[in-house]
Amino acid sequence: MLKGLWLIPTLPLAGFLVLAILGPRLARKPVAIVGVGSIGLSALASLLIAASFLASPPAGYAYTQTLWTWIDVGGFQPRIAFYLDALSLLMTLVVTFVSFLIHWYSAEFMLDDEGYSRFFAYMNLFVASMVTLLLGNNLLLFFLGWEGVGLCSYLLIGFWYTDPINGLAARKAFIVTRVGDTALIVGLFLMYTHLHTIDIQELMRRASQHWAGGSGLAVAAGLLLLGGAVGKSVQLPLQTWLPDAMAGPTPTSALIHAATMVTAGVYLIARTHVLYSLAPVAQEAVAIVGIATLILAGLSALTQWDIKRVLAYSTISQIGYMFLALGVGAWSAALFHFMTHAFFKALLFLSAGIVTNALHNEHNMFKMGGLRKELPVAFWTFLIGGCSLAGLPLITAGFYSKGLIIWQARAAASGSTALWVLSIVGVLLTSLYTFRLIFLVFFGDAKSRVSRKPGYAMKVPVIVLGVLSILGGFVDTPWFLGNVHRFSDFLQTSLPPPVEGQIHGVSELGSEGLVGLAFAIGLCFSYLVFLRRRNLAEALTARPLGKALHQFWFADWGMDWLYDKLFVQPVLWFARVDKQDFIDLLYTGIARLSELFYRAVRTTETGRVRWYAAGIVFGSVVFAAIVLFL
Amino acid sequence: MFALGLIGLLVRRNLIFILMSIEVMLNAAGLAFVVAGSRWMQPDGQVMFIFILAMAAAEVAVGLALVLQFYHLHKSLDADAASEMRG
Repeated sequence: MLKGLWLIPTLPLAGFLVLAILGPRLARKPVAIVGVGSIGLSALASLLIAASFLASPPAGYAYTQTLWTWIDVGGFQPRIAFYLDALSLLMTLVVTFVSFLIHWYSAEFMLDDEGYSRFFAYMNLFVASMVTLLLGNNLLLFFLGWEGVGLCSYLLIGFWYTDPINGLAARKAFIVTRVGDTALIVGLFLMYTHLHTIDIQELMRRASQHWAGGSGLAVAAGLLLLGGAVGKSVQLPLQTWLPDAMAGPTPTSALIHAATMVTAGVYLIARTHVLYSLAPVAQEAVAIVGIATLILAGLSALTQWDIKRVLAYSTISQIGYMFLALGVGAWSAALFHFMTHAFFKALLFLSAGIVTNALHNEHNMFKMGGLRKELPVAFWTFLIGGCSLAGLPLITAGFYSKGLIIWQARAAASGSTALWVLSIVGVLLTSLYTFRLIFLVFFGDAKSRVSRKPGYAMKVPVIVLGVLSILGGFVDTPWFLGNVHRFSDFLQTSLPPPVEGQIHGVSELGSEGLVGLAFAIGLCFSYLVFLRRRNLAEALTARPLGKALHQFWFADWGMDWLYDKLFVQPVLWFARVDKQDFIDLLYTGIARLSELFYRAVRTTETGRVRWYAAGIVFGSVVFAAIVLFL
Repeated sequence: MFALGLIGLLVRRNLIFILMSIEVMLNAAGLAFVVAGSRWMQPDGQVMFIFILAMAAAEVAVGLALVLQFYHLHKSLDADAASEMRG
């Protein structure tokens, strides 16, 4: 069955090609069948491959399938080859499966949209690129997928292109991630020029042989790859594009946040973990970026009024947790959180899509309320997703994955008390903004009428995701809660286990207890402030300090303003000043010259027919003379 | 005779005279054909003249129709009045 590995990226690509070529001529139903079916088959293929991988693991827990040689120039031979190990298998499985549910959901969600086939074509290409990124065994194929993901995010964020704001958001996403991509490609060139291979596994092997621990090259490569990961995975300081990316259709947001795109950076760092083990400085930078992002994004999420922007900031913050885990060397914990996050974040976006769809595309949470009875499916699934996001102890998946990361932030050799405390503060923030969202949208008085109820194609995927958001956590539990380690055992066939450090004071039980406590405090506080005593929240923001902080956080810590002043305005200013440089002179000179000729020749166009006749006569005489006398 | 027609075409401003000058030029060419035919004892010269005659009749029909339209448009037969295409 492992031989069918090539099917996983090929099926969505085939779906894209069919839809791109035939799409506009097909009716809605065949479009949905092709669009959803290709991803469904791809998910099925990865499920079967996972089953056979687990039943009879290949030698060394890794399998490479080489299809053909892509380019063959002067000894440089990148191949179209797919590499399957525990890491890429897990990610492929989650990505295809969650994408399938999102596609299924959008078959109904987008039904009234004009660009139905265009939407599914882009979505299929998105999944195909992401799977190529995950399975590619060399850096070039990986980079192809990486850029493909960037392109599709641009296309989908700007999907409703008639509104210029959406186009701007799409451009912003593309340009900001491009900054990270530049760092990434410089890093890739650096590794190729020094290690002379682009096969990722071979590259890692050579890196550990040729580069000493902590050497300058390893640190530089690690930091450059981190730059790429930061751009794609919306971490500080390139996180500004994700909140604006909410301009796209809701299933797109679900796809970007849960399955494709933003987790690419996490995958990149986990894939090149050897490099980070060689460069502790770079790894420390990963942890610091993660912890800073998760706190800042959590605070920003508290102030937003747009339901989708709250979810966007929560994604930034949750990816911060994954980076934190990567930074302290808890590789499998990061991947564990990636998996649970994929389930509950897709769930949250799809439920939010049901809500906004029911309320005439209303995104303002303060105009919602009391939807608990009107939209029971959305309410219950959103509650499950929210609890999983905030980490409701014992039953939700989010608790187990986040608890593991927080514990590792303390227990791992490169962890520290500061990281641990801040990550628990992060739980408090998550719980606060999640329940603020839930209370504002589903409780209180109804403020808008529900116009449209979801159908089966929208209900079933969210229910499946709801079940997964709870069950997904039981594959890896701490020692005092069943002591299951199937997930980390499986991943440790391709990723090293975390290095245990010296622990004083707290135990794992205490750490998990504090997570539960932080969750409870956040829940109670938001119940108090956002449901029982609404005037309290207003009183908080009315104070000058509170107001300033609110505005500051609402504007994402002024990052957009800063970038505008720092990069956009100077470039515009330079363009204005430099309008008349000498290269321009060359081109305007050519234009001037042709204008001159035009003026000279135009005087002969008198419009008098006799002059023309005379011209003809004169010309014939001249030609006759030439023919006769020369 | 050809030169006479050509000069008439260039100097006259009245459209009717211009048309007549063209006729003169055509006949000049026709006469040249006939003379050449009789000089070399070939019938082709006279055949060509018949062709030219038929062509001239068609040309005059088109030309006079254009002159009529021109008169409607400009209320004159002055060829220089039609200079709207001036560059």
